[in-house]
Amino acid sequence: MSLRLRTPLATIEGLGSAHSGTLHFWHQRMTAVALVPLSIWFVASALAYVGAEAGAVAAYFAQPINAVPMFLFIVASTYHMSLGLQIIIEDYFHDEGQRIAALMLNRFAAWAIGAASGLALIRMALA
Amino acid sequence: MADAPNSPGPSPRPYGRPLSPHLSIYRWPITMAASITHRATGIALAAGTLFLAWWLIAAASGPDAYALFARVAANPLGLIVLFGFLWSLAFHLLNGIRHLAWDVGYGFKVPTAKLTAAIVYIGSLVLAAGAFAVGFMVKGGLGT
Repeated sequence: MSLRLRTPLATIEGLGSAHSGTLHFWHQRMTAVALVPLSIWFVASALAYVGAEAGAVAAYFAQPINAVPMFLFIVASTYHMSLGLQIIIEDYFHDEGQRIAALMLNRFAAWAIGAASGLALIRMALA
Repeated sequence: MADAPNSPGPSPRPYGRPLSPHLSIYRWPITMAASITHRATGIALAAGTLFLAWWLIAAASGPDAYALFARVAANPLGLIVLFGFLWSLAFHLLNGIRHLAWDVGYGFKVPTAKLTAAIVYIGSLVLAAGAFAVGFMVKGGLGT
């Protein structure tokens, strides 16, 4: 029998040393599954509009059937991106201060890219 | 961490020797290359989201902004970046499916893992080349 090192409270919480349990892992997998169809749809859409005018692209995203998957693609991909880059930062930044700064910058950048993309999409979707 | 009651405890380690074999020790099996490429393509795709944001902002801003985007994208350097983006997405997508299969317990045998890694490399190149060909040759290029 192995020696139990966890307190009863830690056992019932089940969150481990990361204090967030498997939430990061699970969200990364959920967004990965969502991105399989969404990214295929995105590439197909983008290829169909190669060489098109701005107005044609805007008209495409003015239709909800295209605006909705594009919105989901932006949310899922920027979230998946921030989760993945977080792991890379945690692997390679050994200095505590640098790591915290990089982790913050990672989240800020994901939100900035997501917000900029999302607002541009909303502008076209509601035009 | 407490040692188990009957463990011999930490053995003395001479300084200056590697603690365990590390990256520089191994030959590069294809599975290891695929793992590192997955991470590298993830970083490349993160940079690619800037391109995506630019595309959407340009399309929302009107013809002038969009013409600038299209000119940059149609530039040889832009085409290289676009091909890199397509290949990175194809690789990350296919290898991501490989990871999801592992998550539910399939594909762990070494010959299987080697085979699926090779399929991911070849498949991603085929997909990226195919998408690139459709987008930039059949349609006659980006120039409007």
